[in-house]
Amino acid sequence: MNLSDFTHSAYIASLSGGLLIGIAAAMFVLLNGRIAGISGILAGLLQAGKGDKLWRVMFVLGMVIAPFVYRLAFDLPAATIEAGTIQLIIAGLLVGLGTSYASGCTSGHGVCGISRGSIRSIAATLTFMTGGFITVYLTRHLLGL
Amino acid sequence: MLNMNAFLVGLLFGLGLIISGMTDPSKVIGFLDLAGAWDPSLAFVMGGAILIGAGAFTIAKKRRHSFLGAPMRLSSATKLDKSLLIGSLVFGIGWGLSGFCPGPAVVSAAAGQPKAWIFVAAMLAGMALYGMIERRGKRYV
Repeated sequence: MNLSDFTHSAYIASLSGGLLIGIAAAMFVLLNGRIAGISGILAGLLQAGKGDKLWRVMFVLGMVIAPFVYRLAFDLPAATIEAGTIQLIIAGLLVGLGTSYASGCTSGHGVCGISRGSIRSIAATLTFMTGGFITVYLTRHLLGL
Repeated sequence: MLNMNAFLVGLLFGLGLIISGMTDPSKVIGFLDLAGAWDPSLAFVMGGAILIGAGAFTIAKKRRHSFLGAPMRLSSATKLDKSLLIGSLVFGIGWGLSGFCPGPAVVSAAAGQPKAWIFVAAMLAGMALYGMIERRGKRYV
């Protein structure tokens, strides 16, 4: 990787998006006292008791209108989903079950947990990254899916 | 106020995911493909977010209430149990199979990607399944 690779727009885009996610997570903990963990917020919509749902609905609503707001100024970036229907169903079930047992996902553990120096979140992030690396290695290079 | 902020945070979070490239599953898989044409750019998403987050959480950890007076809900758990590690591994396998983690999947579904609808429906089913298996209250992160 040389400097021209490093200043390539994909890196600038990723860093900018990451900074924005960091600002969002900072606003949520400093103003609402909560972790911006998407899997927990979604799971809470399915399970939490009364009185705990409105802020979750508002958060998800914000996420849902994000692509529409983005489209006011820019075209949405290209997105390619290579997995087929069966693979997506299996993957979705695994992500739903796994994040529930792990009490968090890329946002709750990967961003917020690591930001507050949680040993559980560091372990979780290393583990799901490893799971992702191994799975892509197996599917792409050994099974050719 | 808290609910309006939740809405604003959700919006900024979603915009951040779109700008960062996280809503393109093929790019995510390119990031996870160490043995292929590895695309490390997505590491900068987490890096950028933690850069801001670390400062915010340093302040948050010293407070019992947020700046809007809400209780500061941060987990004090430190135990690395089987549930955390196996759950994370299972999540990582699903992430690698699809290129979707929960946030980008929700944003892609909202952007009108039918395949993301399938993923999100299955993910919510997985979460509901967990609720049925483990019928007890549980804190997240």
